[in-house]
Amino acid sequence: MNFNTPSRGKRSIIVSITLLCIAIAVIVISLNTGTIRLSPVAVLQTLLGNGSSDDQIVLFDYRLPRILVTVLAGAGLGIAGAALQGITRNPLADPGILGLHAGAAFGLMVFVSLSFTMDGSVALLIPLFAFAGSVAAALIIMLLSYDRHNGVSPIKLILVGIAVAAGFHALTLYLSLRLDEDTYSFAARWLAGSVWGRDWIHVQALLPWIVLCISYIWSRSKTLDAFNLGDAAATSIGTPVRSQRIILLLCAVALSAVSVSMAGGIGFIGLAAPHLARRLVGPMHRHLIPAAGLIGMVILVTADTIGRTIFQPNAIPAGVVVAAIGAPYFLYLLVRSK
Amino acid sequence: MKYVVGTKGVTRIQHPGLPHRPSNSRKSAVTVGLTFLSAIAILLLSMFVAISLGAKGLTLETVWAAIFQYNPALTPHQIIHELRLPRVLAAVIIGAAFAVAGALMQGITRNPLADTGILGINAGATFVVALSFAFWPGLPYGWIMFLSFMGAVLGTLLIFLLGMAAPGGLNSIRLTVAGAVIAAMLTSLSTGVAIYFDLSQDLAFWYAGGFGGIEWRHLKLILPVLLATLILIMPLARRVSLMSLGEEVAINLGINLRWTRLIALAAVVVLAGVSVSAVGSIGFVGLVIPHISRKLVGVDYRLIIPMSSLLGAILLVLADLGSRIVNPPEELAVGIMVAFVGVPFFLYLARKERRAL
Repeated sequence: MNFNTPSRGKRSIIVSITLLCIAIAVIVISLNTGTIRLSPVAVLQTLLGNGSSDDQIVLFDYRLPRILVTVLAGAGLGIAGAALQGITRNPLADPGILGLHAGAAFGLMVFVSLSFTMDGSVALLIPLFAFAGSVAAALIIMLLSYDRHNGVSPIKLILVGIAVAAGFHALTLYLSLRLDEDTYSFAARWLAGSVWGRDWIHVQALLPWIVLCISYIWSRSKTLDAFNLGDAAATSIGTPVRSQRIILLLCAVALSAVSVSMAGGIGFIGLAAPHLARRLVGPMHRHLIPAAGLIGMVILVTADTIGRTIFQPNAIPAGVVVAAIGAPYFLYLLVRSK
Repeated sequence: MKYVVGTKGVTRIQHPGLPHRPSNSRKSAVTVGLTFLSAIAILLLSMFVAISLGAKGLTLETVWAAIFQYNPALTPHQIIHELRLPRVLAAVIIGAAFAVAGALMQGITRNPLADTGILGINAGATFVVALSFAFWPGLPYGWIMFLSFMGAVLGTLLIFLLGMAAPGGLNSIRLTVAGAVIAAMLTSLSTGVAIYFDLSQDLAFWYAGGFGGIEWRHLKLILPVLLATLILIMPLARRVSLMSLGEEVAINLGINLRWTRLIALAAVVVLAGVSVSAVGSIGFVGLVIPHISRKLVGVDYRLIIPMSSLLGAILLVLADLGSRIVNPPEELAVGIMVAFVGVPFFLYLARKERRAL
């Protein structure tokens, strides 16, 4: 197969533009819907600063920050998954499998076990604890899978990741069985990807990480392509395999850690978005990464919109909707493809 | 060839059974025999310790007498006979079942990371249990057992159906991917049900599992089923060994891949499904024990499967013992105990492994 034909590049641009349009359409629909409906015109006027004060409050204080968090986290999870699959050469690798979600969940459980109150400015600490948890998990995994002779080998990374995830799960379970029911269900909601109550400060905290990590990972597309050839071949065409692997790994970890800390441990996006992207634009990471990010974004925003509108007054967390809709579609693709 | 990147990735995870790594594949018959004998000895010893230790300390004579000269009039005899013995026996058979299910999964999917969690078995069971908590609260233990077994079957049926729908059937890699996705979906749906009906923690308690609720009447149900399945699949071991060498090799040797996979999957459903339904989802046993067995007895599944059943039994007997004595009179969830014992050991193995596992 020839991956370098110009048609593939053209195709990837078309696909990316189409995905971008879909993403924008979904975001607009999401801005319109909710307990208080706003017409697209009202949204537009409010965005331009001409809306009524009620509309402004609904849009700027509630809906927009929430949607921006899902947009950023969706893209982050999709691209983190693509990068991890490239680094580990394993199509099943995603942040969840590597134990990062488990670490975040543990961080959150530690937070609620320390019985802080949920309201006020303390709530801002929640993402911090979740972030610390998944970074701790990542550090443990990397330390344990680091080898003086070979650097971080992909298979050891996954093995250690699974073991560390199991350990964190056990600790989380231990803490969670001692919590009172309300606290536990709050934590469970957060982890299942309920993005209710996110504020502008969350968007500000998320944005720089996402932008930095995504642009670095994209700039290293060629390196990720080289990893697919295997370590020996990658080294022989001049890729500094060991150092690049660690830096890219750190980036992917940071990306998924911030996403999870803001939006919860939404599995599946990191697994499915790169797969779908690969089907659309092929295996070159230059094309794959933007497509995976846009697909992740579309999936998460759609899921959040569905979760909070269809199941009113009780909202269903986005992570549940993602799995309920995304999984059957993904399985359909898997079965249909030769 | 759309999955080029993907499939390359998985096939690169070299299965320990691949023929070009002979260093670890041949163990002398004496070593293997001794390993088996010591495993049996350790199992018997840990069973004995597990029966005698507990919230109420009992002397060795009492234990011996209670097992072999049972006298229902004596309280210590009753404790042993009614509480400890069924618990320990359940730990033995369920440990063996989880471990063998994991070994079979790893063999037929040629994925050393496969375990029963991956096929959606645990997730299916949890999902149906979540539904039953939501719609029929307060069901008796026996019913929950039955429903969760049906859930395990449901999870696996989804995979079977996918396998039938796919042109040419599911190969190992797609089987694994499909399993992971189905597991993710069912887990998420259980979370959704639990959150919507506000029973997250009830579900967590069920999921954490434990041998505390096991009585003789449950044991009478699960013991024959699991034992029969374990014995019946032993003849399958040779085929699983050959399959683990690669699909082409297996086909050339005249193995009917589809049938072998089907029978092995059916065995996995029974072993893991019954176990999960009895004690909740105890992860990790099915993943870690086959790895350790492979280290000890080499790559032949005719040895790996019996060794896995012994080691799985030992792990769960000790984990259950630990969960009882660590903080009496409260019990720690046995799944947590398994992780506390298993994770460091598995990490040690993963680190020591110089080659790709």
